[in-house]
Amino acid sequence: MSDRLGAIGESSLQFFGKMTASISHEMKNVLAIINENAGLLEDLTLMVDHGRPIDPQRLNTLSQTVMKQIRRADTIVKNLNRFAHSADKSLKSVDLNDTLELVVNLSQRFASMRSVTLEPKLQRDPVMIKTFPFVLMNLIWLCLDFAMDASGDRKIVELTPQKTEKGAQIRLARMDSLTQSLMDAFPAEPARGLLDLLNAELVVSVEKKEIVVKLERSPISNECENV
Amino acid sequence: MNAKMSEKVLIVDDEEDFISVMAERMRVRGIEVATTTSAEDALKMVEKESYDVVIMDFMMPAINGFKALKLIKAKKPEVKIILLSGNVPHDLSTAAIESGALDVIEKPPDIEALVQKIRKAAAPPPKNPVKKKIAQKK
Repeated sequence: MSDRLGAIGESSLQFFGKMTASISHEMKNVLAIINENAGLLEDLTLMVDHGRPIDPQRLNTLSQTVMKQIRRADTIVKNLNRFAHSADKSLKSVDLNDTLELVVNLSQRFASMRSVTLEPKLQRDPVMIKTFPFVLMNLIWLCLDFAMDASGDRKIVELTPQKTEKGAQIRLARMDSLTQSLMDAFPAEPARGLLDLLNAELVVSVEKKEIVVKLERSPISNECENV
Repeated sequence: MNAKMSEKVLIVDDEEDFISVMAERMRVRGIEVATTTSAEDALKMVEKESYDVVIMDFMMPAINGFKALKLIKAKKPEVKIILLSGNVPHDLSTAAIESGALDVIEKPPDIEALVQKIRKAAAPPPKNPVKKKIAQKK
């Protein structure tokens, strides 16, 4: 059991590190754009000293770009804040729509690097479950990472939270290149440990090209406290 | 500013808002600039055109900057490449230099320092002083 907890702990740290590194990279991109726009404003001001007037339309475009990047930074920081707070309480009631949306937002850059489009199909009504939010997000990420690799030529992964009779489930679909041999390597130990911790079940269908994470039983709370 | 057009640079980054403004700032400094948001396009452009320096983001969709660096260097070893990145881990930075990158610069870059690097890279190599001395003796 201690080996398993160690693997879960390692996976959690890797997940946290990967996501925060990606967020810091995104923030640097935003800062770089703002920096270039501020620099161009400085250049234009210097050109006024040399008798070249500033075009007001150009100034407007620059300010629009800066405002767009500030909105982008605000979204990135909000996501970081939600992600950080997901580890506040081990066991908590969450809306799977929110959890899935956050994982998708955090994973967008990784998807973009692989030219994969993520399509979350969120429900209008809340899909509430009691779970370990951070552990669940880690599990969704591992499944999504696998799904992106198996997304085939169309390079689309569809993620859907669904209510079920006994609880809820998350469906990752359109994995066009999903084969039995790929499935033999998944889930690996960290994901298996997270599934056990969440008391969740992974159902794979090579025919339907999808994997479903079934969250229909209460998680084992005392184990999570030890992670 | 508005110096004579001389150096020719290609900027490659998937952030459209970044390359458009950086290109404008370089043009103001007399540098001829082409831009693209994809490494695949950059590879084609480098094959067709001659650039003094290619400035390329490390993290790009499909082909990342590091891979693109190796591909360009394999086809045109004379092309000088500067890599840009939000965060550059030391080992990646070292690997990039070992693979032929002229430099690895963290974002946001200092435009004046970058322009100086471009000018230095585009300048013809200094004449060999030893050869010059031999020629003078003759």
